[in-house]
Amino acid sequence: MSAVADVAETRRTYTVRLELVDEPGELMRALRPVAENGGNLLSVFHERGNLTPRGNIPVEVDLECSPGRFDDIVAGLRDAGVTVTQAGEDGYAEEVTLLLVGHLVDTDLSDTLATVESCSGASVADFSLDAPAGTDEQSSARLRLAVDPPQVSEVLSVVRDVADRKGLQVVEPLVEGER
Amino acid sequence: MKLAVVGAGAVGRSVVRMAGEYGHTVTAVADSSGAAVDSDGLGAEAVLSRKSARGSVGAADPGEALAAEYDALVEATPTTLGDAEPGFSHVRRALDRDRHVVLANKGPVAERYGDVRRLEDESDGEVLFEATVAGAIPVLGTIADYGPAQVTAVRGVLNGTANFILSRMAAEGLDYEHVLAEAQDLGVAEADPAFDVEGTDAALKCVILANVLGDGSYTLADAEVSGIVDIPPSALSLAQEDGRTVRLVGEATPTGIRVGPRLVSMDSPLAVGGTENIVQLETTHAGSLALRGRGAGGDETASAVLADVARLDR
Ligand SMILES: NC(=O)c1ccc[n+]([C@@H]2O[C@H](COP(=O)([O-])OP(=O)(O)OC[C@H]3O[C@@H](n4cnc5c(N)ncnc54)[C@H](OP(=O)(O)O)[C@@H]3O)[C@@H](O)[C@H]2O)c1
Repeated sequence: MSAVADVAETRRTYTVRLELVDEPGELMRALRPVAENGGNLLSVFHERGNLTPRGNIPVEVDLECSPGRFDDIVAGLRDAGVTVTQAGEDGYAEEVTLLLVGHLVDTDLSDTLATVESCSGASVADFSLDAPAGTDEQSSARLRLAVDPPQVSEVLSVVRDVADRKGLQVVEPLVEGER
Repeated sequence: MKLAVVGAGAVGRSVVRMAGEYGHTVTAVADSSGAAVDSDGLGAEAVLSRKSARGSVGAADPGEALAAEYDALVEATPTTLGDAEPGFSHVRRALDRDRHVVLANKGPVAERYGDVRRLEDESDGEVLFEATVAGAIPVLGTIADYGPAQVTAVRGVLNGTANFILSRMAAEGLDYEHVLAEAQDLGVAEADPAFDVEGTDAALKCVILANVLGDGSYTLADAEVSGIVDIPPSALSLAQEDGRTVRLVGEATPTGIRVGPRLVSMDSPLAVGGTENIVQLETTHAGSLALRGRGAGGDETASAVLADVARLDR
């Protein structure tokens, strides 16, 4: 975490994997420490029907917080009796938002997303499509990727390649102040 | 100083009009079809009214302005790619005579920087070109003051026309064609907007910056360029929903020269509105430095030309 400790003010995206017992209200209760410690929930992926070896339900939570608060959030979860199976460095991800423009639907959108997901260290955390003239026409999409920091330029080049191949335009994020 | 002004468009005419106020004398002015020359100094009003009434600044041959008596040649003919003519030959003529050159024309320093520097080395004249990058904003002067070796990268919004179009599209949800027509009516975009909206103009400025910061070997061919023509309003609204916007950003960094539409946070200093420009310098010892202001316009660009003339006069 030393690489991010310097930029205390920037909010980052983190992924935390939890194990919950299958009881009503358990998810709500488990997630309370996130907000209480200054975190913001981005998405919760609840794998119902897929049990962990201990017989619990695995839940993947994407959240955003300043790097300084992340350890407090994990500690808060553990204090509340939640089993945290993965957090910290392994789960740390850099948020990369980009736009795709073109015939997104005609060029097999799910394949485009799957190609991005197939990069090691990258997952699509959020996706929005705007197809004002219907899905046969040009449309735009916003992707928020959670990327393992050392993989960012590799992932962007995969996005560029798939876009090139499908005649799509990529509007990449500007990484300001990079040295 | 005595100035010869070659090119009497928006920039050249403003230089002629403003030179007196800055303490200089204009001894020659040329456009594509004629010239006016007077070693004691031309009257700005007479030259400019002849230009607007008769289409040319004077009856003399344009070449006579290059042969006139002057200390610095102000080169404000159209920016051209490749051989950068006729601007490059004008630069050569002045340097051969050991005269200084102040460029508004980007061609010679974007496409033939090495040739220009070589001619300058053999001459007692000096070449300055503040006006070629971001109009009134003193980017090159700041880099020279800091020392080019202390500036590790430059990025910015360097084309007011493209920025006007993107910011209007985002604010009004209008499509590109509509906003372009509006920009043309307002005189913000040229009848042929290709240079601005396809990113070429911003790329030339980045190439000039890369030449100043690096070994001077860059041309437009080294830049990775894409424009804003294919950005639909839907892309801008998706960006907006997420607290972001799209700007045509130019970068000259150690990894290369790149111009293209990029997602930036709405609170980023780069998210300037309208025709404004901004330039960020990354420095070795002083973090990031931003300069913003008017990147184009006759008087704005002429003020940068006259700042160079003042530097030569010191
Ligand atoms: N406008 C800006 O805001 C701005 C900002 C930064 C840099 N610049 C650069 O500054 C330069 C001038 O810009 P501008 O806006 O003033 O351009 P402009 O309005 O197109 O004017 C160009 C002038 O050059 C003259 N010309 C063309 N060929 C010539 C030749 N062979 N000999 C002598 N004169 C010749 C034209 O003559 P006619 O009048 O007879 O056609 C015209 O007067 C361009 O290189 C531009 O890229 C402009």
